[in-house]
Amino acid sequence: MRLNYILSDLGIGLKRNLSMTIAVVVTIWVSLALFGSALLANSQVSLMKGNWYDKIQISVFLCTKDSGGRGCSGAEVTQEQKNRIQQVIQTNPDTAPDGVFSESKKEAFESFKKLYKDSPIVSTVTEDQMQESFRVKLKDPQRYQNLVSAVAGLPGVDTVQDLRQYLDPLFKALNGLQIGAIFAAGLLLAAALMQIFNTIRLAAYARRREIGIMRLVGASNFYIQLPFLLEAVLAALVGAVLACGTLWLGVYLIVMQRAQETFRVWQWVGATETFRAMLYMVLVGVILAVIPTFLTTRKYLKV
Amino acid sequence: MIRFENVSKTYEGQSRAALLNVNVDIEKGEFVFLVGTSGSGKSTFLRLVLREQRTSKGHIMVAGKDLNRLASWRIPQMRRQIGTVFQDFRLLPNKTVAENVAFALQVIGKPRSHIRKTVPEVLELVGLDGKEDRLPDELSGGEQQRVAIARAFVNRPMILIADEPTGNLDPGTSVGIMKLLDRINRTGTTVVMATHDVSIVDQMRKRVIELQNGHVVRDESRGVYGYQH
Repeated sequence: MRLNYILSDLGIGLKRNLSMTIAVVVTIWVSLALFGSALLANSQVSLMKGNWYDKIQISVFLCTKDSGGRGCSGAEVTQEQKNRIQQVIQTNPDTAPDGVFSESKKEAFESFKKLYKDSPIVSTVTEDQMQESFRVKLKDPQRYQNLVSAVAGLPGVDTVQDLRQYLDPLFKALNGLQIGAIFAAGLLLAAALMQIFNTIRLAAYARRREIGIMRLVGASNFYIQLPFLLEAVLAALVGAVLACGTLWLGVYLIVMQRAQETFRVWQWVGATETFRAMLYMVLVGVILAVIPTFLTTRKYLKV
Repeated sequence: MIRFENVSKTYEGQSRAALLNVNVDIEKGEFVFLVGTSGSGKSTFLRLVLREQRTSKGHIMVAGKDLNRLASWRIPQMRRQIGTVFQDFRLLPNKTVAENVAFALQVIGKPRSHIRKTVPEVLELVGLDGKEDRLPDELSGGEQQRVAIARAFVNRPMILIADEPTGNLDPGTSVGIMKLLDRINRTGTTVVMATHDVSIVDQMRKRVIELQNGHVVRDESRGVYGYQH
């Protein structure tokens, strides 16, 4: 392939259809940004759930020397107390069989470090400050009252938490946002597809003389399709880059500047998740631009 | 080189066949005139050779290959062996003479060095050296057709197909074009030319195939146009 000819053809083609190309780029930009936001919302939900959310319902946190709970007396929980607590939990009728897990300070610390890896908090917390815990899976997630009251007052128990209670409303909101974003992204992508279809149809018509002669003279189908494919890929890449920039800006302004400061309780999406979302965005953008281009040029450049 | 075996072609939605039971065998290096009124099937014949259409019945062999059996992706390759010249020249208006001829080589992936060498050669062959940088609308009809012929011939194809190449030209210019086609034929290129031009056919006394309503009604070597009976 002669690169020079192809590149100059590409330039001419893009200029000729400039307004349509810009329309395609903008549509891809917005739809990919929405898609990326949905991906990030997904990551955020996973982060908030952590290791335990999906597996268990009740968390029983045991005393350390700094704990202020009812069952704590300024000292670490003893092995006796732990045994007693475990027995109470295991014999409770609401507990699922094999549904009791324990987490040591070490394990808790590892989880903590992983979850908060991008945050400055990690350096200020030590393993010693972590709490041991029992994690309990219930037979019926709705019937937790019995177990909670049985365990709450026991010596050695700091707090009993039902994570779902305060995470569920948040997850519902995030899920709602996700669905909305995906729906909007889907609509916009459909619009982008139609725009691409239109752009190619017009470009093929405008270039019909050249294309006609190319076919007559024996240019391969791929050579004839190539300028269109390259234009589509270029438009998709530009749109994707703009979308990535927008996403990064959003994450920076909303999450890093605001939410992380205000809601330090859990981990927020950071650089890693954002870059991963960007990668998917670029891939999806390019694939979704190339496929309709390929199909449309095949249709209009029939041999 | 070109063989039609019992070829029939009916276009979709038409009741009358464009070609019916056509049997023609054209050898390498021949010069063949295809004559007949409008609608007799001349253009269909040529389109079938170029595989722009498929036959409804029968086989066409071009250079030993059955066109019906040819895979879609191999058709461009086959077309590189066939040069085409049309009544309306079909030049690219925004490209110069040299660029128009080079275009045919560029799109099939010939290297720049090859193009730089062969384009001037073929332009000299058709008598257009000195006019490389002219645009088509700066040329006369005859000159434009010479550019088209140069483009058709630059890749030294086995077959040259001409669909009424002198249709838009005056008699004097037409003679020049025919001389050029004859010269090309003498280099070994098989030439098949559809035409209405009585005097040219009568003058050159080449093989004449006459079509009428899709049938071959006459096939004589060293024939005349013979239509006015």
